[in-house]
Amino acid sequence: MTTTVPVQHRSSAEPGPQPADVPWLRIAGARGRLEIRQFFREKGQVILTFSLPVVLLVLFSTIFSGSVGASGLKASQVYATGMLATGIMTSSFQTLALQVATERRNGALKRLRATPMPPVAYFAGKVVMVLVSSLCQAAVLIALGAAFFGLRLSHDPGHWLTFLWIYALGITACSLTGLAYSSLIKGDGGGPIVILPLMVLQFVSGVFVPFTELPARIQQISAFFPLKWLCQGMRSVFLPEGYRRLEPAGGWEHGRTALVLAAWVVAGLLLCLRTFSWKGRNDG
Amino acid sequence: MADPAIRVRGLRKQYGGTVAVASVDLDVERGEIFALLGPNGAGKTTTTEILEGFRDRDAGEAAVLGEDPGRAGSRWRARIGVVLQESKDLPELTVRDIVHHFALYYPDARDPEEVVEAVGLTAKQHMRAAQLSGGQRRRLDVALGIIGRPELLFLDEPTTGFDPEVRRRFWELIAGLRAEGTTILLTTHYLDEAEALADRVGVISAGRVVEVSTPERLGGRHLAPAEIRWVGPNGPQRLRTPEPTRALTELASSFEGEIPELTVTRPSLEDVYLSMIGEAV
Repeated sequence: MTTTVPVQHRSSAEPGPQPADVPWLRIAGARGRLEIRQFFREKGQVILTFSLPVVLLVLFSTIFSGSVGASGLKASQVYATGMLATGIMTSSFQTLALQVATERRNGALKRLRATPMPPVAYFAGKVVMVLVSSLCQAAVLIALGAAFFGLRLSHDPGHWLTFLWIYALGITACSLTGLAYSSLIKGDGGGPIVILPLMVLQFVSGVFVPFTELPARIQQISAFFPLKWLCQGMRSVFLPEGYRRLEPAGGWEHGRTALVLAAWVVAGLLLCLRTFSWKGRNDG
Repeated sequence: MADPAIRVRGLRKQYGGTVAVASVDLDVERGEIFALLGPNGAGKTTTTEILEGFRDRDAGEAAVLGEDPGRAGSRWRARIGVVLQESKDLPELTVRDIVHHFALYYPDARDPEEVVEAVGLTAKQHMRAAQLSGGQRRRLDVALGIIGRPELLFLDEPTTGFDPEVRRRFWELIAGLRAEGTTILLTTHYLDEAEALADRVGVISAGRVVEVSTPERLGGRHLAPAEIRWVGPNGPQRLRTPEPTRALTELASSFEGEIPELTVTRPSLEDVYLSMIGEAV
């Protein structure tokens, strides 16, 4: 800063024509690119999103290498679907809750609030980041699952359509709840507050332990949360039709899955609208 | 003459039972640097945050660039710039990326390259924000504050933690913005900073503005007795007088040539500020 370069200034005494607002979609696109760049440069974030489900998949499939009940399915096939479902939650709920809490604490949100950036562009940017990172993660898991863990890739477009809507609803529901959940994280070290409930959900939703082997009471409780339905939905896409008899209801329950996930979308959206704040706790 | 940049009457804000801002009146003219001084907890930050649109007020009128900051929308935000106290965001992005990105938010942004140059970060433009020193990071904050070509810039404690040389250069940058017509509301703890930069200063204490004046005249500074010091035949001498010119003329006649180690001082801005704060507390 040796010299101050004069920057052209429009004198307020002679105002020019009011410049048009920047279209929000253009800003949203720029935010999406910025978010993705930030995401992939943050090592902790990338490791949490990508390697954790992969490591768990490898561990569980190796340790419990038997078959599931009388179905003749390998346990690893079921784990792979569970990891796909978990991946939806980690890349949306976990990533956003932790990231937005950090942004609230380090002043990023407050800085944005002082600019003419439309809030919708911020949220759109987050959605783009979550979509890109979760799709990458799903691709890695599906490829690994198919190559090493007996994950069956369907030729039926209907299965992939199911995958898409469950994935989209799940990502939306978990992203919105993650954004709302970020308000619960005060100060540093929000990790446990986010990761612990996720761990619990994984155990009660049939990711690690086959759902039907869980006590009925736990099955009922976990049915209120999205992960159970995401797991079931992924099983419906990647496991043979015969497996449906092993589901608690004796079928895939796609209608109910859509209903529960949609309920979480609505609840998450309402919570976000009511609680989302651009300021940190110390800012009042 | 256009409206004042900021016009505030009877501004009030309380948190629970604590009154943060009791009743603040304030006028900031277009094109001036106005420094808001005051101890911690006096209501400086609350006042500026209300004016920046971050916070609601309980009572009073506020017009910032002619609009109510509590209701103003994105058009208004495009006309102001805000440099907040210490920020640590965007650590993984480079200076260049960040400045270019923020330029996109504004309908009439400055050229990002020019702004990076103006804050003296051209040599660091490929560094990530996390790698910048405190002073460089602060200059990046200023770059983002001015990228939208604001008519009014809020600067909150901009030089905390700067070494003296960097501080001096930072002041040059701010003075340069004024020269281009930017109105600046500066809050600071440093009285030398207010003295170097501000056209006018306002002292806020216990939630009220206790005085507004130029740095030279605050607290009747220019009327206070001056102190003359010199070294006479009997050692160091000191004289307090309301008429320093006459005293000096007399003194000069008793010396041949230079008066040794002569200084004439009035109370410093710090002296008058401290006495004002002391009275108000």
